Amino acid sequence: MREAAFLFLVIFAGTGGELCVTRAMKTIGEVHDFRPAALFQFILRALHVGWMWVGVGMMALAFFSLLAMLSIENVSFVVPVTALSYAAGVIGAVLFLRERIVAQRWIGVLVICIGVTIVWLSKR
Amino acid sequence: MKQSPGIHFKTFLLILVMVIFGPLGNVMLSKGMKGIGSAANWAPSELLAILARILGSPSIWLGIASLLTFFIAYMLVLTWADYSYVQPASSFSYAVVATLSYFVLGEVVSPLRWLGIGVICVGVFIVGHTHPRTTESAAP
Repeated sequence: MREAAFLFLVIFAGTGGELCVTRAMKTIGEVHDFRPAALFQFILRALHVGWMWVGVGMMALAFFSLLAMLSIENVSFVVPVTALSYAAGVIGAVLFLRERIVAQRWIGVLVICIGVTIVWLSKR
Repeated sequence: MKQSPGIHFKTFLLILVMVIFGPLGNVMLSKGMKGIGSAANWAPSELLAILARILGSPSIWLGIASLLTFFIAYMLVLTWADYSYVQPASSFSYAVVATLSYFVLGEVVSPLRWLGIGVICVGVFIVGHTHPRTTESAAP
């Protein structure tokens, strides 16, 4: 039961956080300059976007939930089962970020989910 | 759709950084948390004691440093590539995390679990053959 609750937080807080961070990054625009000073300026600009802070807060919650799961289960089980977030992520990308998902990418995500299911079954 | 030069190369490079440092971070966190153990109850004093042990663990800090490296690469790649491309494409990390868990932590990874990881990698291969950006940018 504890594992299921922590898994729920890892998936939904983690995916929600990533979507918020993505929205923040899209408002800043593509990075062309990879020099350290330019990257530092880029990070400072990112910290001025509200969505970034919402995303970081949700990802922090997911992080501590992940730590709790890792104290209970093996990492070779915990990390694969958190891939349930792929389905949540793609659906969120469509609804929240208005991304266009091509059919081939949907198929790939479906195959990934089948693999995650097999990993889940390997626990029993 | 206008594309920056070398978009495939820089996308590949940053996803490679994510695939190496993400799993390494998780394995180090696992190593640290296995030594610390789980909270016996939800009492604030117990949670604070666990938090203090977490903050005093070198393995946890190594894990956090690895995950920060992963996160910076992730933020950068998201400025030009679709989220729905980056997230699945980085799932090669499952094979890496299972391999590291075997060699670093001595975890037993069953054949069925390896099969599942292999299927995940096939999914990644399929996703990897879509263009990194299939959504038009809002900015001109």
